[in-house]
Amino acid sequence: MRAGETNRHLSGWLLASPLTLVLILFLVLPIAMIVVVSFWQATEFSIIPAFSWENYDFLFGSPVTYRVFGNTIKYALIVWAFTLGIGFTVAYFLAFHVRTQTWQIALFLLCTIPFWTSNIIRMISWIPFLGRNGLANSALISAGITDEPLDWLLYSDFSVILAFVHLYTLFMVVPIFNTMMRIDKSLIEAAYDGGASGFQTLTNVIIPLCKPGIMIGTIFVVTLVMGDFVTVRFMSGSQSANVGRLIQNDIALLQYPSASATAVVLLITVLMVIGILLRFVDIRKEL
Amino acid sequence: MTKPTLSRRSLLKGAAAAGAASAFPAPMIWAQNIKDVTLRQFGTGVSNLNEVGQKVKEDLGFTLEMTALDSDAVTQRAATQPGSFDIADIEYWICKKVWPTGNLQAMDVSKIKNYDKIVGIFKDGKLTPESTIAQGTAPHTVGFTDGPDGTTFASEQTNWMTLIPTIYNADTLGIRPDLIGRPIETWAELLNPEFKGKASILDISSIGIMDAAMVCEAMGEIAYGDKGNMTREEIDKTMAIFTEAKKAGQFRAFWKTFDESVNLMASGEVVIQSMWSPAITAVKSRGIDCVYQPLKEGYRSWGGGIGLSKNLSGLELDAAYEYINWYLDGWVGGFLMRQGYYSAVPETSKNHMSENEWGYWFEGKEATDVITNPFGDAMAQAGEVRDGGSFEERMGSVACWNAVMDENQYMVRKWNEFIAA
Repeated sequence: MRAGETNRHLSGWLLASPLTLVLILFLVLPIAMIVVVSFWQATEFSIIPAFSWENYDFLFGSPVTYRVFGNTIKYALIVWAFTLGIGFTVAYFLAFHVRTQTWQIALFLLCTIPFWTSNIIRMISWIPFLGRNGLANSALISAGITDEPLDWLLYSDFSVILAFVHLYTLFMVVPIFNTMMRIDKSLIEAAYDGGASGFQTLTNVIIPLCKPGIMIGTIFVVTLVMGDFVTVRFMSGSQSANVGRLIQNDIALLQYPSASATAVVLLITVLMVIGILLRFVDIRKEL
Repeated sequence: MTKPTLSRRSLLKGAAAAGAASAFPAPMIWAQNIKDVTLRQFGTGVSNLNEVGQKVKEDLGFTLEMTALDSDAVTQRAATQPGSFDIADIEYWICKKVWPTGNLQAMDVSKIKNYDKIVGIFKDGKLTPESTIAQGTAPHTVGFTDGPDGTTFASEQTNWMTLIPTIYNADTLGIRPDLIGRPIETWAELLNPEFKGKASILDISSIGIMDAAMVCEAMGEIAYGDKGNMTREEIDKTMAIFTEAKKAGQFRAFWKTFDESVNLMASGEVVIQSMWSPAITAVKSRGIDCVYQPLKEGYRSWGGGIGLSKNLSGLELDAAYEYINWYLDGWVGGFLMRQGYYSAVPETSKNHMSENEWGYWFEGKEATDVITNPFGDAMAQAGEVRDGGSFEERMGSVACWNAVMDENQYMVRKWNEFIAA
């Protein structure tokens, strides 16, 4: 009896251990290492493993940090709003307007086609399109909408956000579409029977039921945008900075401790954002 | 030349190879084993060319594996992963950062056959006895160390070199003469409001700050003690001027990679920017007019060399010395000079270039026929003259070398602020 119990106990531990080990090795340890290094000092030639607050002192003492974090959050918010708007509309169309499942699947696959290429290519292809002598400007000029080429189309916040929205909208579409497909159609019929207008059905039935999908999409988009460094660099022509670029610059200059400190602050910021988001919706319960 | 235990068949093949063979001292006893040697070289794309690797296999018999990285990654690897390479192809300013880590070993000058023929810039800093030494990390200041285990730099020539110079050039601003339509003569033009929204500077802080300093000095705004080693105050003033220009919309973009600079220029997004010489060629090869404009304040120059990993010893170390001697023997020099760079031992390179090529690239003469680079692309037509003229004119008017400053960390932070502004 007792032996059997220890056995069960043991097998439980053994079953859980592979995942635990993987998580410890590849998630907990690296993050712990980053936190440790963030308290070190570096010179051009060496890393000094001694505890110091210097990196954080500098980080929180510099106006650049606040500006860059502000910029990062600005990008995240705007991109979130656009991807949510577009993503929800696309998912709604797919789930409720397209009647046959074959078409639903076909159109859904169509949405994923851009993902068959690398996201760098999808991003960079905007550059010749939006350039001063690019397609967009020549079209606008020949249509008589402007006389001068519009410079703000490329290497501006506009182009950064455009590329982000283009790259990440699908991350909104997929989870929202998924939750929409689980909505029992009879609920919607019941709403109509109860005299709700289309809009009322949307706000009172569909949106509340889609919350987990919206939340998952939001987490995807927000974390992707906040951690990005490539899109901002290419689409702003290196003229704008976000936190990712700050870290990248530090790494390029061998300032690992300072890069780690910034990474830790970014990690905490993102975790806080996700923590707040999760207070609105209990994803586990609603899935 | 003493007689052949010369079992390197390849050396005897072909006239060119035979020529190369006669230039080498008799091969060592390890001739048989050398085919098994593999040397791993990494460096910036500039001189890490597969053609060089192939030619090494042909001439010397061993394998040279090449990895091309950007200069930040090169620095990182040299400083942090000494086991990952045998030969580091790095720039002199990178050497200043990396040498103190002790990851490279000093090279015995007496084993370098063409040492005496190496250009003065890399030995006493002077191109000709009358030249003045430019500001910045001049190669000779980090070119020598005190002994085989030295980790500091010697102030004059010693028997121990840190890097064997391989390639160097003088950089300036690139312009689109067709879109500017008037002569450009000074670095100050980069911030001329006339080019608002059409200028660019490179976003590699250590080099970008130098270009910025050249501009501020040319504008008469700042007089620097040493542009290659600025004080905090000088850095602040420089970045203030550039931040103001950035906020006023002077810059279209900043570039970090070679391709970006080519695209900015070729698409007409930018008409004046800091640029590297092969990028000019790449723009020109698309049929677009682009000039590497010589400016009255002079050039910002850079130089690279190869260093040996601490871990090399025995047969591999011998092979590495053999490689270095081969490198300076002329074939690589000719190969690089035909792309517009300079070789550390121009005399030997001359043997591997036609008279027309030598005249155009080195002496600044009119081309008598089409000039092609080693890859077969036409670089200039008959009658054209190289931008900036002869070797002496170009390397003689270097104002500043690429550098690492004492206040590097401060500069980097200020540069980051500039980018984020």
